[in-house]
Amino acid sequence: MVTLTFPTWMEPYRALATGKMTGDQWQALLRQLIWPVMGIATFLLLWQLAAQRIDTSLGQFPGPVDVWEQAGSLVDEHQASRAKEAAFHERQEKYIASRLQQQPEWEPVYRSYTGAPTFFDQIGTSLITVMSGFLLASAIAIPLGIVIGLSSTAHAAMNPLIQLFKPVSPLAWLPLVTMVVSAVYVTDDPLVAKSFLTSMFTVSLCCLWPTLMNTSVGVTSVSQDLTNVSMVLRLNALSHVRKIVLPSALPMMFTGLRLSLGIAWMVLIAAEMLAQNPGLGKFVWDEFQNGSSQSLGRIMVAVIVIGLIGFLLDRLMLMLQRALVWDKSSVQR
Amino acid sequence: MKALLELSNVGMKFDTPKGQFEALKDVNLKIESGEFVSLIGHSGCGKSTVLNIVAGLLQATDGGVILDKHEVTEPGPERAVVFQNHSLLPWLTAFENVELAVKQVFKKTKSKTEIRDWVEHNLELVHMAHAMHKKPDEISGGMKQRVGIARALAMQPQVLLMDEPFGALDALTRAHLQDSLMEIHAQLGTTVIMITHDVDEAVLLSDRIVMMTNGPSATIGEILDVDIPRPRDRLALADDATFVRCRQQVLQFLYEKQRKVEPMPKRNSENAEAARKRA
Repeated sequence: MVTLTFPTWMEPYRALATGKMTGDQWQALLRQLIWPVMGIATFLLLWQLAAQRIDTSLGQFPGPVDVWEQAGSLVDEHQASRAKEAAFHERQEKYIASRLQQQPEWEPVYRSYTGAPTFFDQIGTSLITVMSGFLLASAIAIPLGIVIGLSSTAHAAMNPLIQLFKPVSPLAWLPLVTMVVSAVYVTDDPLVAKSFLTSMFTVSLCCLWPTLMNTSVGVTSVSQDLTNVSMVLRLNALSHVRKIVLPSALPMMFTGLRLSLGIAWMVLIAAEMLAQNPGLGKFVWDEFQNGSSQSLGRIMVAVIVIGLIGFLLDRLMLMLQRALVWDKSSVQR
Repeated sequence: MKALLELSNVGMKFDTPKGQFEALKDVNLKIESGEFVSLIGHSGCGKSTVLNIVAGLLQATDGGVILDKHEVTEPGPERAVVFQNHSLLPWLTAFENVELAVKQVFKKTKSKTEIRDWVEHNLELVHMAHAMHKKPDEISGGMKQRVGIARALAMQPQVLLMDEPFGALDALTRAHLQDSLMEIHAQLGTTVIMITHDVDEAVLLSDRIVMMTNGPSATIGEILDVDIPRPRDRLALADDATFVRCRQQVLQFLYEKQRKVEPMPKRNSENAEAARKRA
């Protein structure tokens, strides 16, 4: 006989299916499923009621149903665009093949498809940009945080600057970053678009602070006992950092990284909107400028998707944290 | 016979906002190879300071420490320390904790398999072979302390320094660990300096008990030779005349000669009442 084992969170559903619910399992079911669903349902209801009462110059504010329809149409548009692209490539292949038959010496020219990016293309662009910006920020913040944490001189020297730049809004950095990128990044054959670099640097500038601060605090708070162990073992500076300091600081570091990624995502949308860089922010701005009767619904889809992706990014960091950090009690929800 | 470890005129002054504080003054002690010496005294008398100076974690402001003809200037594995609260790296298993020390000390002289065998051997010595792949969070306080001892022993120190190693453990676990420590001491003949608060522990384990006077300017008050043959059995010793006499002497030193008078904080109402009575 085969015995199926269920993960613990599935236990109430199994009990429900077999009709053997205990009081605790009812509690669990309420907490896991029923209360959240009720919460969402209430929100949708309120949204619908409120939306009916708001008239804008672009028509009535979209309710949940309109937004759902717009989400469907965005998917359709994406599929249509992909179909068009496939058709274009097919036409091109045919044309090149037939011309080569007539003129075998002709050098074929392949052109790429130049349709407007769809909603899903914009999501992809945003994700790539946010991850690049976040990785760049981490690559700067973690080593710098370690140095600041280890040396009180470095801390004294850099702390005023950190305090000064930490609260700066992305919108203030953006014009500067744009101008600097335009001035410095001059090539005939660009590897990546300028707009990508502008967004990426803005994101990095804004999101490196939590990682920097948390890493340095984590490094400073290595327990004196462990430092003594390291001294008795005569670990050299490098091993001391690798074997004692880094693992000690890892839980704090991850807390910082999670905060940073959250900020990175928020900053990115704002930066894309303002700078007209490709991505979800631009999608929102374009729809706003477009001003058709569907625009508000489409923006609302973007809002929900932005929230959903932000949530998923945070979950991703949480999983990574759970997998890598030894101190499980430091991993919050 | 020449002493293995020699403290001569060790003094320690700390700078505090209220001026200089002299914690230790003229501490002179010679310890021979293989000896088990306990430092006992009231809290705040500078026992830990003495141990930290021998460990090299603190630098004496006067005098110095010589170990095997070399002056102690910095910490090192030949003076391994067992810390009061185990100080294991929480992200490493028991095995890895000991391995870190072994790799650091014997990286050039031992092969990979030799290192592994030596780590396992030391964990077996403290009866931790069964749980050597568990992390500190997953084992009890007594087991953590055993791993801490294994880590220190695995460095093959010339002197093993123990800072109240069993202070945080319950009485039963402490007794177990004391027995283990006696076993290991008999087997390896390691030189040990141990700080303790526990008079019975000091008498049971030590060859000599160094009793320290109260600070400030604490120093060695008396040194008691514990002339009880080894192996010692805690049950048989309970009414052994020498044991009882030694115990008596330490107690006398601590509670008569060096009685620590800590003024009880008076409550305000009591003070007010006393003032009224005087008036």
